[in-house]
Amino acid sequence: MKKYVCGVCGYVYDPVEGDAEGNVPAGTPFEKLPDDWSCPVCGAAKDEFSPE
Amino acid sequence: MKDIYSAIKVSENVYWVGAIDWTIRDFHGYTTPHGSTYNAYLVMADKITLIDTVKKPFMDEMIARIKSVVDPSKIKYIISNHSEMDHSGCLPEVIDLIKPEKVFASAVGVKTLQELLHHRHDIIPVKDGEALSLGNMDLTFMETRMIHWPDSMFTYLAKDELLFSQDAFGMHLATQERFADEIPAATLEYEGATYYANIVLPYSPVVLKALEKVASAGLKINVIAPDHGPVWRKDIGWIIDLYKKWAVQKPTAKTVVVYATMWHSTEKMARAISESLSQSGIKVKLLSMNETHRSEVVYEVLDAGALIVGSPTLNNNILPQMADVMTYLKGLKPANKIGAAFGSYGWSGESVKNLEAMLKEMKVDVIAESIAVKNAPGDDVLEKCHHLGKKIAEELLKRI
Repeated sequence: MKKYVCGVCGYVYDPVEGDAEGNVPAGTPFEKLPDDWSCPVCGAAKDEFSPE
Repeated sequence: MKDIYSAIKVSENVYWVGAIDWTIRDFHGYTTPHGSTYNAYLVMADKITLIDTVKKPFMDEMIARIKSVVDPSKIKYIISNHSEMDHSGCLPEVIDLIKPEKVFASAVGVKTLQELLHHRHDIIPVKDGEALSLGNMDLTFMETRMIHWPDSMFTYLAKDELLFSQDAFGMHLATQERFADEIPAATLEYEGATYYANIVLPYSPVVLKALEKVASAGLKINVIAPDHGPVWRKDIGWIIDLYKKWAVQKPTAKTVVVYATMWHSTEKMARAISESLSQSGIKVKLLSMNETHRSEVVYEVLDAGALIVGSPTLNNNILPQMADVMTYLKGLKPANKIGAAFGSYGWSGESVKNLEAMLKEMKVDVIAESIAVKNAPGDDVLEKCHHLGKKIAEELLKRI
């Protein structure tokens, strides 16, 4: 599972950790994140992310 | 003795109660030759509200200015639009002194302030679009994440048609004048662009979205009150249009040539490239990092269409002053540039390929073959430099 980096603020989504604040369980691949998921740091949309 | 500091009225219900820092010359690596101000504002509503505070050593100045309007203990609310220490550093002491009923920040701001200040006072998170009644008037909050920190937000006072914009529309400029219309437009444009380039530039896509968001919210704005520099009360559209221009970063017929030199070889190449660009009708800024501050470079790069960088090889690498500016530029993410690299070397010659790789990492479109010369350039190499300048000029003129 690939990590993805936010193009706005540099936050890295690590699928191993998930995103507890956004109710995304650990082990969720980036591709499986809901479409309305946004960067927990800066609020950027999913399409602002690219593979690390 | 009567206190020397007093507040300045900026709109019907709002006073500027900030501080003027005439002597600051360095803002975490961004040089500020003309000082700065830390702007705090007092909203004289039923619930008297303080918007932002000042850098810690200037707390007494802010409190004195507040006292010229009202007893500070009458302040009921404090709003933190931006958690950075130049606006929050004295917040714990201000809270302890004033004992406000409530302190507000964005949700991210609440966390950031706790992590920065470790103060026991609860801060209440406000949501994007939420309104807060001050009794006889309301404040509305608008999240502006990454302009220029994740916590950043704007606060709008409809009664005075006034937007508290924290660092947006600000500049590092210490003046006794509190209003932009009292300062020459050229000064405002230079200082505003320098601030934008050094602080806001990497978040340009977010700036454009925020400007749309403000426009679509249909807010009537007559006054913009930023956290640094003068207050905008006339011709608000002028600074908003400049923000749009800086954020879009449309390339212009201008090239910045940035270099450092050891024994003038790289300098000769830089001069040849610059002269050629100029002969091709391109405006050129030639900046030697032996003499120039990184902040000035990024100001010049802001509206340029091309960035050409040069360094000799020192100890198998680029010169440290070029590493400095390249690291700085990379972080600030200038967009829509073409470029090339050049430089001299004594034996191994890594500098030019390192610079070229750095340009590519910065997403500069390297459109011409880089030039590396062993020792000093002769006429043949200077001719190549001339061609490089011509090629960049031709390509740039196609793209603007």
